Amino acid sequence: MPEPLIQLQGISKLFGDRMIYHDLHLDIFPGETLVILGASGSGKSTLLRVLMGHVKIDSGQVLIRGRPLHDMDRRELDSWRKSVGVLFQTGALFNSMTLRENLALPVREHTDLDDQTIDLMAQIYLQLVGLREHIDKLPAELSGGMKKRGGLARALMMQPRILFYDEPTAGLDPISTAQIGELIMNLKNKMGATSVLVTHDMQSAFHLADRLALLFDGKFAAIGSVEYFRTTTDPLVRQFVDGRLDGPFLNPSDQCSYKAELLGRKTDEVPHGKKTT
Amino acid sequence: MRAAIEFFGDFFYLLLDTLRAIAPALSSGRGRHLAWRNLWIQMNRIGVESIPIVSLVMFCIGAILAMQIAPEFAKFGIVPVTADVVALATFREMGPLVSAVVMTGFGGAAIAAEIGTMVVGEEIEAMEAMAIDPVRFLVVPRVVAGLLMMVCLTVVGDLAAMFGGLVASALLLHLGSMQYTHHALGILKVGDFLTGLAKAGVFGVLITAIACFLGLKVRGGAEGVGLNTSKTVVFTIVALILVDLIFTSVFFYLGV
Ligand SMILES: Nc1ncnc2c1ncn2[C@@H]1O[C@H](COP(=O)(O)OP(=O)(O)O)[C@@H](O)[C@H]1O
Ligand SMILES: [Mg+2]
Repeated sequence: MPEPLIQLQGISKLFGDRMIYHDLHLDIFPGETLVILGASGSGKSTLLRVLMGHVKIDSGQVLIRGRPLHDMDRRELDSWRKSVGVLFQTGALFNSMTLRENLALPVREHTDLDDQTIDLMAQIYLQLVGLREHIDKLPAELSGGMKKRGGLARALMMQPRILFYDEPTAGLDPISTAQIGELIMNLKNKMGATSVLVTHDMQSAFHLADRLALLFDGKFAAIGSVEYFRTTTDPLVRQFVDGRLDGPFLNPSDQCSYKAELLGRKTDEVPHGKKTT
Repeated sequence: MRAAIEFFGDFFYLLLDTLRAIAPALSSGRGRHLAWRNLWIQMNRIGVESIPIVSLVMFCIGAILAMQIAPEFAKFGIVPVTADVVALATFREMGPLVSAVVMTGFGGAAIAAEIGTMVVGEEIEAMEAMAIDPVRFLVVPRVVAGLLMMVCLTVVGDLAAMFGGLVASALLLHLGSMQYTHHALGILKVGDFLTGLAKAGVFGVLITAIACFLGLKVRGGAEGVGLNTSKTVVFTIVALILVDLIFTSVFFYLGV
């Protein structure tokens, strides 16, 4: 086993009185594509924020190449952030700038390349995601899927070796989904990029993943290979992967308490399955 | 109480961060032209829009002051002294304060709404993820633009008020414009002008810094943006008056 690139060691995090991580552990190895699965609201996006140092954790530590994230000074943290390309769930393009300016910004800020070169790069990456003819449009003029692809192009401008994708294919048409999948695959194969991918789309998850991790109730309930996730009889994994209605994710007794709540009755029995939001 | 202390603490941290980031933002090699371009854009947005309104409002205030004061002075037969009072009130007090209130409505609210929307759209987080410091990239150009434009606006406002007073005096008080100007220029000292501008500069920083601060503090969707935008206007006006009081006390004590 090579040295892990990123290590999550015993992470706990409270939002108000809601514990979204409870003693979470995970190693991410260089060159691998790790898919993070989990219900909506289980804390997948927040986990990427933790890895970028945007969200402070309450206990535990994040190690980047063995170095604790919370010990890093501004410069070190910046160089970690520069080495990672992040595709946000909504694309997170700057609404006041055209696609061209969006893509140029990080390179202008961090390199001494001249404007012509930067512009050429922007065109190449937009071509790669199929948006070159929209280069002078503002994000408001683009569809949700196009914004997402624009965000991906911008994430690639700094030529990162590490990529975080937050639901890159959610809300895209099947062809765009395949294109993005292809792109992620290429980045991995040609550049040896390390990817952390949050997705609900099991088909692309199985297609792209080296390993999968299922986030449930503040912990990784299962971490394993594609083979493991396809074949295991773990009810949690089976329910999520196969998209079944019954199982630990939404316990039928949950629905009982919901019914009781609607009818205004007191609910004595607390179901052991956790409600998902 | 704790929340209030935390709030002010956070605000002063932002102010400190901003002051610290000004020099590097405008002088370091990397992304320098971007910083200057940003500053130029913000100066246009924050200040230029306010010029017609400030001129109009200050013209009226000059005229109002003249008309309020003149009847009292007429009793003592010293109508021309009206010009002295209009000049002092304008340059020392009304010019900076009224210009600041107008800029709060135009620039402050717009900044808070803009930055708040960026927070909601994950734009700030994306910026940080690209190792671009939002303080350097967003706050510094706005605060510096606020400072510069507030000083300019105040000069414009001062002149507009003096002109308003002059027009009112000429039309209604039978005070000749030569006499008015003579009196106004006679009473004004360089100190009056400079203390006014010093206040204006501080107001400009205050307006934009509060707007950026509350914009960055937006949580929870469009509703949060609306909430913090109106908070910005209220907080800023209260802060302006308080700071004005402090300044005036200090000037009073020092005798300038
Ligand atoms: N800044 C925050 N303050 C309070 N609660 C938050 C914050 N960010 C996320 N949450 C909550 O944490 C949970 C996980 O959010 P998120 O990571 O976005 O989930 P996912 O991406 O898995 O759908 C959600 O219930 C959300 O409401
Ligand atoms: Mg999410």
